[in-house]
Amino acid sequence: MSKPVIATTSLAGCFGCHMSFLDIDDRILELIELVEFNKSPIDDIKKFTKKCDIGLIEGGCCNSENVHVLKDFREHCKILVSVGECAIMGGLPAMRNGIPISECLAEAYLNGPTVSGNEEKILPNDPELPILTDKVYPCHEVVKIDYFLPGCPPKADLIWLTLVALVTEDELQLPYEVVKFD
Amino acid sequence: MSQFVKFTIDGTECMAARGQYIVDAAKENGIYIPTLCNYPGVKPKGGCRICTVRVNGRLMTACTTPVAEGMTIESEVHDIVELRKSIVELLFVEGNHFCPGCEKSGNCELQALAYRFRIMVPRFPFQFPLRRIDASHPKIIKDQNRCILCKRCIRAIRDEEGRSVFAYRRRSSRVEVVVDPKLGKQLTDELAQKSMDVCPVGSILVKEKGFITPIGSRKYDHEAIGSDIEHIRMTKI
Ligand code: SF4
Ligand code: SF4
Repeated sequence: MSKPVIATTSLAGCFGCHMSFLDIDDRILELIELVEFNKSPIDDIKKFTKKCDIGLIEGGCCNSENVHVLKDFREHCKILVSVGECAIMGGLPAMRNGIPISECLAEAYLNGPTVSGNEEKILPNDPELPILTDKVYPCHEVVKIDYFLPGCPPKADLIWLTLVALVTEDELQLPYEVVKFD
Repeated sequence: MSQFVKFTIDGTECMAARGQYIVDAAKENGIYIPTLCNYPGVKPKGGCRICTVRVNGRLMTACTTPVAEGMTIESEVHDIVELRKSIVELLFVEGNHFCPGCEKSGNCELQALAYRFRIMVPRFPFQFPLRRIDASHPKIIKDQNRCILCKRCIRAIRDEEGRSVFAYRRRSSRVEVVVDPKLGKQLTDELAQKSMDVCPVGSILVKEKGFITPIGSRKYDHEAIGSDIEHIRMTKI
């Protein structure tokens, strides 16, 4: 029987959730026995080469690229899991929600205390750049998400226990200490 | 008339002093009924509705209803648990609760209730309202993003003449709890700390110190809110 296939991505996140994932330490050897990885920064596969069983999403959607990748994951993965506060509620990037985009850009590129050199007062406008969304969206407000793992980052044990439960289809028993929002 | 009354909570026979509120009576019997706007020593308000129970078939707030002889109280039943959960979820989406960056995280009652109810994500859309942070007071910061309008500060923090240091401002969806500009001036260090402690969330913070308790030693890091009450019951049995 072929192994279940996992894909992972980081949208508007800081890669902390992926770091926490690696925090499962030597259990990663067990994981490799259990699953196969497809598109993921962990193995550096850039494009889906097949349908996957589980997609782990870190980060919310702050631009058009994030939305595109998230939809691509939904298309390719049977189960999608929001991993971490940013995927679940926007997290730190969502602190810009409520502030108009023009104000954010002006602060970052024109008027902020750390701005220097931008004499022509240019806001980044290369057509290659993704467009910022009006606010940062939790993933489940963009596509259907099946499971949610809170934490900033979610504890390695939470990610591990969830993956094992999904792969083995056993019921997930979570100790109190494993689910935290910080 | 006897001083004590007998009643049941989810089928468990209990006894308490006549006139005690259901939450307190339950506590004495080792049963935890979750609360949020309630605070020891402050007159109950029945505002947040987290403590809703079914008394003889009718929904009541356990913090404002006194026990009576023969009461049948339902608490940990599916529809009531769901109702409590949805209140917590609504509070999370109604404000801006970025727990990872909040000083109260780990000691916050709203968050602790979410942990206890195993809320992984609110079922309602996030509102991301635009709220202000008032850092103009010399001793405290008032962060409106996290205020759940429970009125605990208004009811508990008073000056020597019994006047509330905190007050409601504006109405309806624009209502907010602010420090009274005049009375706030006299806020002592002690009272500033007390107001931070009284606030169930991270809306009142004492300035110039923060994140004092390390992760792992905070109030709700290892034990669920209410487990101290349930523990009494365990040791009694
Ligand atoms: S007040 Fe509580 S729920 Fe709100 S951000 Fe702070 S820790 Fe989280
Ligand atoms: S500041 Fe805190 S105690 Fe006062 S109403 Fe808001 S949440 Fe309640």
